[in-house]
Amino acid sequence: MKKRAVAVALLAAASVALTGCSASTTSSGTAAAACAPSTGKVDLTFTTWVPGMEDAVAVWNKANPDIQVKVQTGPNGNGGTYQNFFNQLKAGNAPDLGQIEYDALPNFRVQDGLTDLAACAGVLDAKKDFVDWTWGQVNFGEDNAVYAIPQDAGPMAMFYRADLFKANNIAIPTTWAEYTAAAEKIRATGGYITNFSQSDINQFAGLVWQAGGTWFKNDGTNWTVNLTDPTTAKVAAYWQDLIDRDLVSTNPPWTDEWNNAYNTGSDWTWNSAAWGANSIASGAPDTAGKWAVAESPQWAAGDKASGNWGGSSTAVFKGSKHPYEAAKFALWLNTSDEALTLLNKSANLYPAAKSGLELPALKAGVDFYGGQAIYDVFSKASSQVSPDFVWGPTMTQTYNDVSDGFKAAVTKKGTLIDALKTGQTATIAAMTAQSIPVNK
Amino acid sequence: MSTLTPTPGPVRPARRIRSTPGSAPRAQRENPFARASAMIVMGVFTLYFLVPVWWLLVAATKDRAQFTGTNPLWFADFSLFQNIGALVSYRDGVYLKWMLNSALYAGLGALVGTIIAGMCGYALAKYRFPGRELIFNVVLGGVLVPATALALPLFLIFSQISLTNTFWSVFLPSLVSPFGVYLARIYASASVPDELIEAARLDGAGEVRTFFTVSVRMMVPALVTVFLFQFVAIWNNFFLPLIMLRDETLFPVTLGLYGWNSQVNQIPVLRDYVLIGALLSIIPLIIIFLLLQRFWRNGLSAGSVK
Repeated sequence: MKKRAVAVALLAAASVALTGCSASTTSSGTAAAACAPSTGKVDLTFTTWVPGMEDAVAVWNKANPDIQVKVQTGPNGNGGTYQNFFNQLKAGNAPDLGQIEYDALPNFRVQDGLTDLAACAGVLDAKKDFVDWTWGQVNFGEDNAVYAIPQDAGPMAMFYRADLFKANNIAIPTTWAEYTAAAEKIRATGGYITNFSQSDINQFAGLVWQAGGTWFKNDGTNWTVNLTDPTTAKVAAYWQDLIDRDLVSTNPPWTDEWNNAYNTGSDWTWNSAAWGANSIASGAPDTAGKWAVAESPQWAAGDKASGNWGGSSTAVFKGSKHPYEAAKFALWLNTSDEALTLLNKSANLYPAAKSGLELPALKAGVDFYGGQAIYDVFSKASSQVSPDFVWGPTMTQTYNDVSDGFKAAVTKKGTLIDALKTGQTATIAAMTAQSIPVNK
Repeated sequence: MSTLTPTPGPVRPARRIRSTPGSAPRAQRENPFARASAMIVMGVFTLYFLVPVWWLLVAATKDRAQFTGTNPLWFADFSLFQNIGALVSYRDGVYLKWMLNSALYAGLGALVGTIIAGMCGYALAKYRFPGRELIFNVVLGGVLVPATALALPLFLIFSQISLTNTFWSVFLPSLVSPFGVYLARIYASASVPDELIEAARLDGAGEVRTFFTVSVRMMVPALVTVFLFQFVAIWNNFFLPLIMLRDETLFPVTLGLYGWNSQVNQIPVLRDYVLIGALLSIIPLIIIFLLLQRFWRNGLSAGSVK
């Protein structure tokens, strides 16, 4: 027993050292130059946490006996699957395909974990099939590179309690200034216009995105981090004012309190993404039929800008022996009406493909929203999302650091802009620690 | 034989079981204020531990509309059975598969792990050979290494032999229990008399037979303790399966529920399933504890009479 333990320990140490070496040698070996079809039957593995993916894949497997895809699953990305991907890349047994959210893609790119699919048949041509900004999320602004195929998107709009606005004779805000005015009136009735989320930093990022800001830039070699640019500062100051004047509630998101605030009509609006439609419907069941969706308030009257919250892609990992087949499958999965309909039904995915926006399921009225065809609003929003927003390579860390500060801010122990400044410093430190070239 | 002195191993569980009757006479001699404050502290902690379980029980009986809309600590309409029905039929009963997997990993793993630990501890206690103390000390060192820290190295090792994402990748590491070896050794040296082993040898029993027919019976309380600890540890083990497994049909229930819980934001119905699933998943633990605790106590008292 004892000796075995020692032997295992030694083996462990040795294998860590070995895999360390082998990982670094293989990573530069497989160039993106060729993407040739394999001969014979090909088996692919695909790790995803999207429920119902099996059904979509079953359709593919039936039609493509020579390219069989096996679905593997796990918790959502930040819940452990990303870390598993990194471990598997290190051990050399990563799946062929993986689910990766847009905000995590740069992390995998920096770690050299993705196969450039540009050489694979049909991939560059597929650019026209996707909503423009989603393509920007997967090629990182490089013209002849494609690191993943966009799957779904989270264009943002404003969910609001149509009945309450009407009963209290408050106009639906179309600008953020009107939103503040409405917030004051709503507060006078005892309610809150919305809830400011202390931990959904990607929601805040969506608001910055809408305002035209971006937190990261990459000039090809160096990263620039700018969590505190003037646009972000403007958005932060706006919400800080609402928090300071107690015009927004600050329940922790996705909790009972939070659901309850919506269910009892205490919170009136939610600036959220297309996939959020179901979150309200399930969290606030007593309010069925009373909600509606409008375009996001704008910074200047007449503007047409939207933010994005969430969305993910299908990537092919370095080390896959069948990038051609994997790319072919990923394109089908994310553009075919059949697959997109299934995924929308089972997981509320809102497609990134242009054709997906015209699915019958996304054209129908939704009872919970008084029969409004709410996805028309999101479809329009998706076309108004700026293609310039770039995610950083250490977003999990950035989110955590900013979120710590936001939690302090909602309890009046700090400010949002302070939190972003802290996040800025911590992000640069984290990137430096990982030897990611960054402008300080 | 009757002069057995208490040793750290068996005493620890004994104290826990007997704390209620044992502390009563002594408490009477203390002043009432001290006694009352002790009771208050215990009461508070009892509440502290039981309220979440109560909440879970209540939450699991509600349908989704009532879940947010009604008092979280009291029942609304009783729809526990509909909820359970929905849970076990979701995705072709994948939840039942997870429970079965957990039972396999924990039941089989704890059984084999207990046998291994018992044999190791017995050998360390009863046989004299060079390096015995060194081996024991290294095993003791193993108690200090958290299983979580070993998960990643294990993953890399299993990757080399292509065993990740298999039943074995979770089962094999579960068999190792340094604490079990420690406990078995302490207990064996205290409760298995050398004379008895000598007698068995004189009667012609081999070493293995002596162990299984004579020594194991005297070590039962320790072995049950090891089994319980190991069962709970494997049942609750989360990090290793998280790293090792990708195939949903191999998941233990902890990992499956965690996966669902991580998607509650986008698939709200999963929230109900996570709650009910969590409630059901603690039932086997409660059952095995209640069953084995009695056995465990009997074994302890039987051992002390001898």
